Amino acid sequence: MPKHANAVIVGAGAGGGVVAKELAAAGLSVVLLERGKWYSAADCRKDDLCNQRTSVLGAKFGPDDERNPRVLVDEHGRESIVNPSDGAYGNNAACVGGGTFSYGAQAWRYMEKDFRMRSTYGAVAGSTLEDWPISYDDLEPFYEKAEWELGVSGDDSGNIFKAPRRKPLPMPPLPPGKEHAILEPAAHRLGLHPFHIPMLRNSVPYNGRRSCMRCRWCVGFACEISARNGTHNTVIPAALATGNCELRSECMTREILLDDSGKAIGVAYYDRDNRLQVQTADLVVVSAGAVESARLLLNSKHRVFPNGLGNRYDWVGRNLQGHSYTGANGIFDFDTFDDIGPGASIAICDYNHGNSGLAGGGMLANEFIRLPIHYVTSLPPWVPRWGIEQKEFVRQYYKRTVVVFGPVQEMPVYDARVQVDPKVKDAWGIPVARLSGGRHPHTLEIARFLGAKAETWLKEAGATRTWLRVPGPGLSGGQHQAGTCRMGHDPQTSVVNRDCRIHDVENVFVIDASVHVTNGGFNPVLTILANAYRASTNLLRALKGTKVTA
Amino acid sequence: MPSACIGSWWEPEVRRRTFLGAGASVAIAGSLAGCAKRGAAGEWRFFTSSEARTVDAVCENLIPADRDPGAKSAGVAHYIDIQLARAFRKHRQAYRQGLAQIDSMSRAQCGAAFVDLPAARQTDILRALEQNSRPFFQLILAHTWQGFYGDPRHGGNRNRASWKMVGLPYPPIRGRQHYEGA
Repeated sequence: MPKHANAVIVGAGAGGGVVAKELAAAGLSVVLLERGKWYSAADCRKDDLCNQRTSVLGAKFGPDDERNPRVLVDEHGRESIVNPSDGAYGNNAACVGGGTFSYGAQAWRYMEKDFRMRSTYGAVAGSTLEDWPISYDDLEPFYEKAEWELGVSGDDSGNIFKAPRRKPLPMPPLPPGKEHAILEPAAHRLGLHPFHIPMLRNSVPYNGRRSCMRCRWCVGFACEISARNGTHNTVIPAALATGNCELRSECMTREILLDDSGKAIGVAYYDRDNRLQVQTADLVVVSAGAVESARLLLNSKHRVFPNGLGNRYDWVGRNLQGHSYTGANGIFDFDTFDDIGPGASIAICDYNHGNSGLAGGGMLANEFIRLPIHYVTSLPPWVPRWGIEQKEFVRQYYKRTVVVFGPVQEMPVYDARVQVDPKVKDAWGIPVARLSGGRHPHTLEIARFLGAKAETWLKEAGATRTWLRVPGPGLSGGQHQAGTCRMGHDPQTSVVNRDCRIHDVENVFVIDASVHVTNGGFNPVLTILANAYRASTNLLRALKGTKVTA
Repeated sequence: MPSACIGSWWEPEVRRRTFLGAGASVAIAGSLAGCAKRGAAGEWRFFTSSEARTVDAVCENLIPADRDPGAKSAGVAHYIDIQLARAFRKHRQAYRQGLAQIDSMSRAQCGAAFVDLPAARQTDILRALEQNSRPFFQLILAHTWQGFYGDPRHGGNRNRASWKMVGLPYPPIRGRQHYEGA
């Protein structure tokens, strides 16, 4: 049996990576378990059909199709078994670094109102919309810490809607590309407030790594020069360098083990040779992502928790959400393509809040560079889906198209949920996640509103024709998955407390996007990182008997 | 993994040779086109030669040749054939049945196999297929896009036909030279 540790962390993604580093740096012995592989920049294949964004030939950075099924229940109640490379799976990467190894790396702070959605907008029928138990101010110092430790470039000085920040971003933005130059004056003419997207991407050498080489293979791919910052090339190496953290990749956690009183004693996991191991620990931190964290808790049944750990009031797995990406494409009668990555660079926050009759909104930004395989799957509705006209359209407009897109903040839905399937098991014999439910109609209403704003922006920028792209009513989640282990004061309507500790278990924490009450109108990673710093700080203070304040 | 079977055209020669094995190196040396052809013996991995002709004809309708190559000369059928032995194993039955259905529709409506129909009749058959057998039509359409617009390393997009068509500049990894030797 492996040596006892102070803490075992399940999942080496955004949340788990930060916690590992913070605890190890404080002198705790840490075991970091990751079900996926440990890739490096050298594993960058730049394969447009096998990556985390286009996975028709496989999800390059995991999980693999052979061992990791899920069950999806559609809106008609039909069940099907789905694999990670299927779109409906809602995949996020399974590897050291998690999603941060291959993401687009937008590094947003949520806005103040994003933590007070219920207070701001009131109850929304059919939604579990609620306030967070913490405020932006609680998180602000940790947003800053994430920005400086991992490294963020950008310039949000033009964003008059942003919440107050004490320090600027550590790196300037990358020089703007052609789309930025086209969209910026148009936004000003419309009275909007454009600025440079904050990115976890080096615009200048930082932390001993190089600056972005601006290739077109960004989101979905590994960065071959490691200029994009995730936990895999920042906090996880820092955790390992302390000598206090052991990273075990390709280890699949089966369940959290509890003693008779319901206190955790560690986890059972399958090692890379599929041998069952027990890692005992004083603390268990669950950081497996909103679907897999909920699954692990639900699979950790015990006399005290017959329906799964932390699930006394049936809230584990509820409120699965992500973002309802919405926007528009526009075609131009001049070239807009400059082949300078990452592409996404300009954003507005004019429509995140304050939209008449709507409970929120979302940020809008130009989209990452599109490869031809992306382009052909997002053609306008007036172009035939096959034949010579379609080919002619691709040839004529591939370099003359701009996409403006944004993540609509979703109305949480109680029945959008993760359960464990009663029949289907994965390759290790562990019951798999069973996903069901859909999006709230008001989310789609906000999406149509935001999409129309994207069209207006594109037209002002000179688009000769535009077309809307709005999401359907099906279940959300995916790479921005969140919400399944809600943070709250009331144990009857949430899973963890404000310190991310499961309400009625003294030594099990959930530290990832699962705890997000709502998910902001932004890419969630910087909030996951910041909250992981905050929760780690509070955890360490509690261990030392100091009063918890942050 | 050498799984992709087709070395990417920007990858080192060594890598391609490693995959193809010593025996094949003579025919291949320095030739990217060699990689993208369907093997020295000209055998298909999954399709019968008759099925392969049908797939070629179907895909060519979906992305026809004009002043730029179409699906047939870009090797789309080759891409699908390779993947049916790999990532698309689960679609084998769909192809076997779908291709048979295309031929039976062709014979019933036009009195000849699909490949022997004039182009206009082929298009009519595919429109009917799109209406009546939507799942298979969607499948082969998606695979045709992948085989035409996706990376040549997977056996389609021969000679980077579609990438040249849209004018994607060479090399594909802009900025890499900037760091070479750094």
